[in-house]
Amino acid sequence: MSDSPATQEVVSESPKVSKVTEAVIRIAGNSQDGIQSIGGFLAQLAGRSEQEVMTFMTIPATISGGPSIFQVRIGSGEVLTSGDDADVLMPFYQHSYENHIGFLKEGGIVLYDSSHVEPDPELLQKYRHIGCPIAERTVEAIGGTAKDKGKNIFALGLVARMFDLDAAKLEGLIAERFKGKASSITTTALTAFHAGYGYPLTTLEEIYAFEEPKARDTDQVVCNGNDALGYGILAAGVRFGAGYPITPWSDIMELLRRELPKYDGIFVQCEDEIAAVSMAIGAGWGGRVAVTGSSGPGISLKGEAIGWAVMAEIPLIVIDVQRGGPSTGMPTNVEQSDLNIAVFGGHGDSPRVVIAPSSVEDCFYTAIEAVNLAREYSTPVIILSDQAIATRIEAFAMPKLQELCQDISPDLTPREDHKPYDLSAPDGITHHAPPGTYIKSGKYPIATGLEHDEMGHPSGSPKMHQDMSAKRRSKLQALSRKLPLPEVFGPEEGNVLLIGWGSTQGSLREATEQARKAGDSISCLTMRHIHPMPEGLENIFDGFNHVFVVENNDEGLYGYGQLCGLMRAKFANPKIVGINKTDGLTWRVKDVLAHVQSKLEELKS
Amino acid sequence: MSATAEIIREPLKKKDLAADHPTWCPGCGDFSVLALYFKLIQNRGIHQEKIATVAGIGCSSRFPYFVQSHGVHFIHGRALPFATGVAMSRPDLDLFVFGGDGDAFSIGGNHFTHCARKNINLTYVVMDNSVYGLTKKQTSPTSPIGFKSKTDMWGAVDQPINPLKQAIAAGATFVARTTHTNPKHLLAMMEAAMDHNGFGFIECLSECTEFYNGAFDASNPRKGGEFLEVPADHDPTNETEAYDLAGQPFPGHFGIFYQVDRPSKQDREKTINAKFLEKTKDLEAHQILQQNFDKMK
Ligand SMILES: Cc1ncc(C[n+]2csc(CCOP(=O)(O)OP(=O)(O)O)c2C)c(N)n1
Ligand code: SF4
Ligand SMILES: [Mg+2]
Repeated sequence: MSDSPATQEVVSESPKVSKVTEAVIRIAGNSQDGIQSIGGFLAQLAGRSEQEVMTFMTIPATISGGPSIFQVRIGSGEVLTSGDDADVLMPFYQHSYENHIGFLKEGGIVLYDSSHVEPDPELLQKYRHIGCPIAERTVEAIGGTAKDKGKNIFALGLVARMFDLDAAKLEGLIAERFKGKASSITTTALTAFHAGYGYPLTTLEEIYAFEEPKARDTDQVVCNGNDALGYGILAAGVRFGAGYPITPWSDIMELLRRELPKYDGIFVQCEDEIAAVSMAIGAGWGGRVAVTGSSGPGISLKGEAIGWAVMAEIPLIVIDVQRGGPSTGMPTNVEQSDLNIAVFGGHGDSPRVVIAPSSVEDCFYTAIEAVNLAREYSTPVIILSDQAIATRIEAFAMPKLQELCQDISPDLTPREDHKPYDLSAPDGITHHAPPGTYIKSGKYPIATGLEHDEMGHPSGSPKMHQDMSAKRRSKLQALSRKLPLPEVFGPEEGNVLLIGWGSTQGSLREATEQARKAGDSISCLTMRHIHPMPEGLENIFDGFNHVFVVENNDEGLYGYGQLCGLMRAKFANPKIVGINKTDGLTWRVKDVLAHVQSKLEELKS
Repeated sequence: MSATAEIIREPLKKKDLAADHPTWCPGCGDFSVLALYFKLIQNRGIHQEKIATVAGIGCSSRFPYFVQSHGVHFIHGRALPFATGVAMSRPDLDLFVFGGDGDAFSIGGNHFTHCARKNINLTYVVMDNSVYGLTKKQTSPTSPIGFKSKTDMWGAVDQPINPLKQAIAAGATFVARTTHTNPKHLLAMMEAAMDHNGFGFIECLSECTEFYNGAFDASNPRKGGEFLEVPADHDPTNETEAYDLAGQPFPGHFGIFYQVDRPSKQDREKTINAKFLEKTKDLEAHQILQQNFDKMK
């Protein structure tokens, strides 16, 4: 914001109003301060004002609390990431101040809670410091002894003033949020908001106003990736789900539990993840694709049953919201280290489909695509989301729900005969007949995990195992021929092609844009279809000298991240090289650029 | 689903229901359970396509291959959660789950507990031979202390599970015990379990002639044993009485130990859904979803 070239002064009475195209605001405090809801309100407001928005947050893994931040980037133009550095930092405590001042741009503003924060005299020159006794003033405004309640809404008022935000719209959002609660709660919240909005920020010489964003012809919606994925599952027609709680997957199961009854569906909370995946497969066998999901540890538990669904060719959706691993790992941090278990995590040869949504909006569409692939190819489909996409908020165009919502009720039309694993089927694609289907020949199919003949009865024949293994493989090879090639962001020829997947898409695109502005020849693409990969990627690689696969996982024993390793194996192309990190945080744009530079230098020497 | 209503039906014969020839050893107790399953289907005139036969892994769990019905041979220990998925999404089916003692009480022990407390509407027959048959004679969770197996060559040392007590404690609503050597009783128990609304659990002693021959002779009058029915004055709704009766030393009693009325999970979920459906029944799916998206504008 402060260094934004688009900043221009607008003549007005004091305080002076400067127009900005975007701003990054980081709020830092403890998890119980309701920081997430300030961010949530800002994001929702931005969405309603047709702005682009992206958020980033960290929450401690324990309930008793701990440091937490929420960063929101609001822009009148395109917003690809939540921003490397903040224009405004709002620290609630000394530890928040000390730990986050390094993430402020030079010349940025620190709007700190002077009830708790003692600024560092050495930094007074580097950043503009504005103190406000947030905690005290909140208590004064709303009274009572609930000392930290309402502080977040007071702070929201301060931000609203500082950025000349639409106070009326914010009041509306606050009222909506507390709808159904006692009216005193809404009144208290609004009082806190007004106190913050009206607080005389005497040292603030200017306030900022966002440039008018370009008008859009559709409404925007604002939500996080877990919500988008959950609603996508509903749009896809799924009416049964089963799961066991684990962060960050739980939000999705809670959403489905809450929403499914409206569609006469059910979500079952199970005793463990093995039961959950088994139930989902049972419902899938019953005739309608069902969903289960988890994060790292729970995905490990589901492995055996997913293998059964591969063998018996029963459709299934498994959502994996990845977090840091192995084991309990880093429950509230991001990592992309479950690609291997998603692709290879079955015993025996057990091909399955793996797709990774690349944005919050894409979570919604990926869910629908996954359901359709599972049905069409009679296969488990694993959706690899991650903690960063799951929890960040983005604005995107309202989906055309009437066109997208589908009915996937089972077809129980009686049949003359049914051969569930017909080896002569084109591309090996067959479909099972759900129970309830009357079969005139009187020969009913068995779904089994044993190797079987075309009717599903056990077979120990070497030829049958060979043929059936090929059948299960060839249907996914057929899929790979149908999948669209990923779009190259930037020119299709150049020096470096960056490849990413999942939540890194925004960082790679912004890094690509910045690098190109600086004269470097970089393009990037996002792999959504992880397994099978679309056919023809090699033609894209031919246009570049280097292919760098940027991932949020370890370089592994052999020097390649998980997607990178898969690509090395498939293409055997030495120009495919990995760029990895495992700090549990999303890739910042400047880190991507720095890693690309050093990788290029490393390759030169 | 109405498509099958017009099908002209002849009563099902045993040969209509028999599929693969059973691969069990001669004399295996599991044969009787299969024969009486056919009888049950015939007696009740269940439509063939509505039968869902589900099992885990074990000798007993090979059951579905031998039945002409939509069948599932799932993974070891997980037949109950699989069947729960079927039961919750396809209440129109007649759902039967078969398996062994290892499948039910060892690897599947946790699922047994939860399926019982959730009171899932299905019939579950555990063919208890007190040994691992398929893997050739290891100790099972119901093997008595002193039983010599390949993993307890000096005799089993761990306290065996009492399936009936386990079921009662878990909150099962129908708990019965029978044996393969008394076909009439076995059929009666299957019919009662099927008629029960909720989780109908039957422990059926089913001898493994290969690896635990004579295990249940003491309950078989033809082998000099005694088949004792649950006393006529037993109150099956009395939980502590049922528990005490279940604790009798072998051969104990046979019959319905415990049976109470409690809504099944399907019933409870239906009640929840009915409240929501009142508001959404005239709406298309996309209209319901639109309400959520409008809130996120
Ligand atoms: C995950 C897993 N572990 C182990 C096995 C091997 N296994 C197959 S059946 C079985 C035990 C069967 O005993 P029981 O359930 O009592 O059935 P029975 O053969 O006695 O009828 C075992 C250990 C398996 N199939 N899967
Ligand atoms: S091994 Fe035992 S349980 Fe298995 S089929 Fe033979 S007799 Fe029956
Ligand atoms: Mg056994």
